[in-house]
Amino acid sequence: MIAVNKDNFDNEVLGASGIVMVDWWGPKCERCLELMPHVEDLAPKYPQIKFCSVDTSGNRRLAISQKVLGLPAILFYKDGQKIDELSGQEIAPEDIEAKLKQYVE
Amino acid sequence: METIYDLLVLGGGPAGLAAAMYGARARMHTAIIEKGRPGGQAATTEELENYPGFGRGTTGPGLTQAMAEHAQSFGAELIKDSIVSLDVKSFPKKVTGKKGEYLGKALVYALGAEPRMLMVPGEGKLRGKGVSYCATCDADLFEELEVAVVGSGDAAIEEAEYLSKFADQVSIIVIHEEGKVDANQVSFERAQQNPKIKWVWNSIVKSVNGDELVESITLKNIQTGEESDYPVNGVFIFIGTVPLTDIFPAEVQLNPQGYIITDEKMATSLEGLFAAGDVRAKYLRQVVTAASDGAIAAVAAEKYVHETELWKNQVIEAKKPVLVAYYNPADMSGTEKIGIVDRFVRANQERFSLVKVDATRNELVGRRYHITPDQLPKLHVFMNGEIKQEVAEINEESLNAIKNM
Repeated sequence: MIAVNKDNFDNEVLGASGIVMVDWWGPKCERCLELMPHVEDLAPKYPQIKFCSVDTSGNRRLAISQKVLGLPAILFYKDGQKIDELSGQEIAPEDIEAKLKQYVE
Repeated sequence: METIYDLLVLGGGPAGLAAAMYGARARMHTAIIEKGRPGGQAATTEELENYPGFGRGTTGPGLTQAMAEHAQSFGAELIKDSIVSLDVKSFPKKVTGKKGEYLGKALVYALGAEPRMLMVPGEGKLRGKGVSYCATCDADLFEELEVAVVGSGDAAIEEAEYLSKFADQVSIIVIHEEGKVDANQVSFERAQQNPKIKWVWNSIVKSVNGDELVESITLKNIQTGEESDYPVNGVFIFIGTVPLTDIFPAEVQLNPQGYIITDEKMATSLEGLFAAGDVRAKYLRQVVTAASDGAIAAVAAEKYVHETELWKNQVIEAKKPVLVAYYNPADMSGTEKIGIVDRFVRANQERFSLVKVDATRNELVGRRYHITPDQLPKLHVFMNGEIKQEVAEINEESLNAIKNM
């Protein structure tokens, strides 16, 4: 998983070709911290997809620019375009995996 | 062989963690089943300053983490699974999760509650786009922005205070007339001193508006009927909670709001099934009362398991007919009659065994056989686990009649 911030987001996410998944989290979001190890476990299972994460503390404007105003949020990009997202407290690891499966097909 | 826990605790919030701590410390084989990180709703509150002994500076995640470690230090196991269904009529009781099945002699149901939704247009669509139910999670995203808080209970007022550290302005939307809130007076007074907090009285939210992110809310003044558009970047909703009872057995009694009804020992209407914390019908939903519920439920569950096992071994599965003598230790003439039973069984010990039960303390006999204090002393003759004869008047003659049974 690549830690992305306001300085390299354009390069790592918007400039990347193929599917990129971005996990938006914050140090005070318990649900995010709970979800993160599951997301990390998924990364090696889907090598075709680029896994990134953004710590929203310190990257607040970046989050808002991507229309993220609630955590956790999992956004999917294809060739730099946002194509899908999951948001809200009840995101389950299974929901993320279902999306990943859908995008590797 | 499959593990049978003495105590299975469902839910890892303060109620469940306290129950597990008490259970494990009483040397019950205890496990907590929790789908995520332990802590429950308390872990989503950053500032928690009303748990006795833990004042200013205490955080919800910090306190609940300490509770989880405390329970584990006495041997409680933490199982990470999401509960799908319960079978509470069997013994042991069975809990089915997504990953496995778990058996427990007693269950403490402590799955808590979740935030209630406003149920207005735009709320669902803009969730995570400015609509939030967790200030701790999302507050720092609203730095320099303006937010509304809906509600006037403790959670609404206290979370508004927290949000004001980040947002430029926090408007509290209150349904009541000016000056009236549901929150405690201390929090209300503190919020009134806060220059970033603005009050909107007599108002309800009709809709949350915005295309990709929240742009405004539509308010209705319930006195004038007037509707207005109120620009905000975020809406935090704290209008109470709904209990998580979807998987709860249908035959157990709930109150009209859907909370589980228990007695003061946290026992539900089903044997061996206890409930604790926010999911229970109760007067005050706080971390301290959740922990208290958990402690009571664990002690009551331990007594239940102990009585049930003793009864099973000594009465239900006994080879010989068993004379069960129910008595009240405070009643002298009654205990003398138990002496008669004692002598009778000693003289006939090849045929009968004796179990003496203090029916003022034993809950199982009251629940299963409806033994009430006014009937004491009383005698039952059990054979093959069933009552064969009832003796209300204990004397030599009635006992001799048993011999000829």
